[in-house]
Amino acid sequence: MTIAISTTGEDLDSLIDERFGRTRHFLLYDLEENTYHLIDNQQNLTSPQGAGIQAAQNIIKAEANAVITGNVGPKAFRTLNAGKIKIYLATGVTVREALEQYQKGLLAQAQDNNVEGHWL
Amino acid sequence: MQIAIASGKGGTGKTTIATNLAYFWQKQVKKKVVLLDCDVEEPNCHLFLNPTWHSSLKATAKIPSVNLEQCTYCGKCSDLCQFGAISCLKDNVLVFPELCHSCGGCTLVCPTEAITETEKELGEINIGEQNNLQLIHGHLKIGEPMSPPLIKKVKEQATQEDLIILDCPPGTSCPVIQALKGSDFVLLITEPTPFGLHDLKLAVEVVRDLKIPFAVGINRSTLGNSALKDYCAQERIPIILEIPHERAIATAYSAGELLLKKFPQYEKNFAPLFPYIQEVVSPCKN
Repeated sequence: MTIAISTTGEDLDSLIDERFGRTRHFLLYDLEENTYHLIDNQQNLTSPQGAGIQAAQNIIKAEANAVITGNVGPKAFRTLNAGKIKIYLATGVTVREALEQYQKGLLAQAQDNNVEGHWL
Repeated sequence: MQIAIASGKGGTGKTTIATNLAYFWQKQVKKKVVLLDCDVEEPNCHLFLNPTWHSSLKATAKIPSVNLEQCTYCGKCSDLCQFGAISCLKDNVLVFPELCHSCGGCTLVCPTEAITETEKELGEINIGEQNNLQLIHGHLKIGEPMSPPLIKKVKEQATQEDLIILDCPPGTSCPVIQALKGSDFVLLITEPTPFGLHDLKLAVEVVRDLKIPFAVGINRSTLGNSALKDYCAQERIPIILEIPHERAIATAYSAGELLLKKFPQYEKNFAPLFPYIQEVVSPCKN
């Protein structure tokens, strides 16, 4: 089971990035092996639109099973859903704390997009 | 000849100028004048012209539709799309119609012809007449986020032999560029306020980039200070129209009355525009 966490930093003590599509990195944590690696999301920081879809596609390609992030818009939600990836919401915590909360079953699973899309 | 009436700032008087110019030119130039209301999110020229509507058509755009039985999930479609409108996953392909720019590229790169194009409704185009003036306006469907495709369709309704006046949407982004494209001349409407000047500067950058000849028209010109005129002088931008700040003009406007019908004395403000623009657009013909 691998979880992708949107984060502003590069290790377990970095804060969660509330933004899904425009986060700097995703930290992919393997719960069986207790190891992690980063996937870069920089190219999405400058894309005018479709960042959420692209980020979701990358996570599906990386074969994660779930995502922990702050906010998910409608298109990212649809894409992650199509890839059968569960979405959990967390804010104001580090990656390590988010993983602990996840393992204790404290994180809410998003049933729908929790924010609206935005336009230029 | 196609003349665009544009502005950076909204509410500066584009529609006032466009409708009065259309009304005045059909008398002055004695040629059929076509007014294109390209502010498709909020078309309002008809409020001042009261045309008799005689036809209406649905405007549509092409969007991809994927037949998953033929799809090999190769991902070429989503790699090509710069707008993220088509997303190829392991065992599914998602289409996001609201992001699609109808370029048709995905259907071309698909190696198995799994993608065909279907129509999505953009809005409505209405055509009406008032004397020798034709009004064509687009009305964007509620919830449709992209107006440029509809603006393009509105412009396709006019023929180039006509004298075309184009009432642009406000701002300086894609809808305005789409409206300005192909115009022979742009009249930038502004007002002597800090916002008016700030947004005029942005609009000037746009028309200079598009390399379209332009001039400035100042609405409510007796307001404020000299900053706007100083800027125009410094940048060598001609001011070819001024309408004063008068309560009576605003009152007529709020009652949906055409300025020149109510106060024909302002015809003299509009009279030099056509000869001026004609001289700039095609100097060799005179």
